[in-house]
Amino acid sequence: MNDVMILGDVKEGSLDIRTLELLGVGKKLAGDLGVGLSVVLMGDAVSTVAEQAASYGPDRVYKLEHPLLKGVNPDMWLASLQQACKQINPKIVLLSHSLIGMELGPRLACRLNTRLTTDCIDLSIDPEDGLLLRTKPVSGGNAISVFKCPGEPQLATVRANVFDPAEAADGNGEIVDMVPEIDESMITVESIEVVKEEVVALDKADVVISGGAGLGDEDGFEILQDLSKALSKSFGSVMIGCSRVAVDKGWISSDHQVGLTGTMISPDIYIAVGISGAIQHLVGMIKSKKIIAINTDPGCNMFNVADYGVVEDYEKVVPALVKRLEELS
Amino acid sequence: MKEIGIIVCAKQIPDPEAPLSDVSVNAETQEVVVDAPPVISPFDENALEVAIRLKEELGAKITVLSMGKKVSDTVLRKSLVAGADELILLQDDAFEKLDSHSIASALAGAIRKIGEFDLVLTGRQAGDWDSGQVGLILGEILGLPCINLAREIKVEDGNVVVKKVIPEGYERVRAKMPALVTVSNEVGELRYISRTKMLKMLKGVGSIPSWSAEDLGITLETLQKMGIMTLSSPPDMRRDCQFIEGTPDELSDKLAAVFKSLR
Ligand SMILES: Cc1cc2nc3c(=O)[nH]c(=O)nc-3n(C[C@H](O)[C@H](O)[C@H](O)COP(=O)(O)OP(=O)(O)OC[C@H]3O[C@@H](n4cnc5c(N)ncnc54)[C@H](O)[C@@H]3O)c2cc1C
Repeated sequence: MNDVMILGDVKEGSLDIRTLELLGVGKKLAGDLGVGLSVVLMGDAVSTVAEQAASYGPDRVYKLEHPLLKGVNPDMWLASLQQACKQINPKIVLLSHSLIGMELGPRLACRLNTRLTTDCIDLSIDPEDGLLLRTKPVSGGNAISVFKCPGEPQLATVRANVFDPAEAADGNGEIVDMVPEIDESMITVESIEVVKEEVVALDKADVVISGGAGLGDEDGFEILQDLSKALSKSFGSVMIGCSRVAVDKGWISSDHQVGLTGTMISPDIYIAVGISGAIQHLVGMIKSKKIIAINTDPGCNMFNVADYGVVEDYEKVVPALVKRLEELS
Repeated sequence: MKEIGIIVCAKQIPDPEAPLSDVSVNAETQEVVVDAPPVISPFDENALEVAIRLKEELGAKITVLSMGKKVSDTVLRKSLVAGADELILLQDDAFEKLDSHSIASALAGAIRKIGEFDLVLTGRQAGDWDSGQVGLILGEILGLPCINLAREIKVEDGNVVVKKVIPEGYERVRAKMPALVTVSNEVGELRYISRTKMLKMLKGVGSIPSWSAEDLGITLETLQKMGIMTLSSPPDMRRDCQFIEGTPDELSDKLAAVFKSLR
């Protein structure tokens, strides 16, 4: 077979939005090549999501169910995915550039002896040879590069929030059961425990207030918290973000990090406090509808991408702003 | 207990954190040109820091491998000053713009040549091509247990125990060594080395071994380029910034008005 194959991510018992985006771009590529679209779903119980996936109109949904596929053990997922590729023999395989996709992609590429391009923001078919043209930001986003690589299947991981998600349709793709040939002896990395932490869902925020190295210390985030409280009276959900330096310094946990190796977001309002505007940070927030920057350095790059700028020490302006907002409410 | 052997793969790259005004795109040579001194890729420095902490805690021999067309040993010598025991450069004209698989194969060749080791550490991704592949492919080629995105790494009884980043928090996992772990910035930055210490210690560093493709037994035909078709500047991100001015009190009045207008 010559399908375009995508690996689905399941989140809280339902198809993740990233998978809908993969379905969207996968359908387009399959159409361009005149081939079918297959979705692979793995887990201990994926029947319900398989039906959900089938309704989006792929040709086939492969269901790999096994108790060892519960949670995400990369060894088990990789072996099963490798098996699916062998049996489906796809022309193109797309994974989302999620934490699990980042891990499975390179290892799968090695096992299948093909070449992977990660974190793609555009994909198309070269009409001359039918190979995948893979567009990817490089150097943090300082340049955009298009790659073409030999090997089969053609393999890419896809950045979130770039492709339009597939529309729900009344499709009824065929659901095919595939029995994963895995057992415990193949596990090389053993899970001791999964520790759930309170993680912020930055991508769900209406307003994000982010702090960077310019906060000077951990307490700076308390000042941002006060602003968050004051703004949450007028705006839906207000959350705290940060730059990588704030994480490196141990001021705040990494789930708050915005950017290339953090979360990519597009809130209504983004407030950057003491963040210089490095490219790896900008790519994570540049799609925000309005950007407000507070920074002591009038020459900092954040002002180049901001809609509103305040050149001032945040410790002077933010508390005053909080006070003012409280008076007004 | 026997001292453990740690191999850290560290890449020299154009400074990814150079001011944007010093960065330009040369579409013709397909290069991002950075007008600043090269650096060790930041996540590789995180990996080195982990290795040094393990050395302090348990005793370890740290070997740093750095591969490229031309690697400046002045950049990489920093790793020796910071606490690595040995630095080996993998240099060859044939190593220019290779794809991740070819780089990983060459690193695997070097690691096999070194022979004994317990742990291979790499950064989660390099700050030039942001590909995030070499570490994991290297682990696959060497047939090692692979752990991605470590935020804490411990060694206990011949096992590596890692807190790895997962969407809902972290997962504690364990693998028998030898193993490969890719390191994320949460582990903390490479320790600070003062300039004076750097200059003083650099004097004591002898000549650095450099291995070519031939030394690694690599036939050039097996090396593949990364397949760049085009390299171009990104879309313009600039907006017209409206600066708000005044005393803090005036500023907060004006900002409050901005927020009101955005409601
Ligand atoms: C491969 C790679 C991936 C990366 N991924 C990310 C990522 O996902 N997210 C990310 O953020 N970074 C990322 N980075 C790091 C990035 O390059 C920058 O180093 C980082 O974003 C800088 O953080 P910052 O702006 O907080 O710090 P700095 O660049 O140090 O800026 C601090 C700013 O605070 C201002 N300031 C100082 N004092 C005050 C004050 N009192 N009031 C107001 N302003 C003040 C200063 O003028 C300055 O502009 C990555 C780097 C690499 C190489």
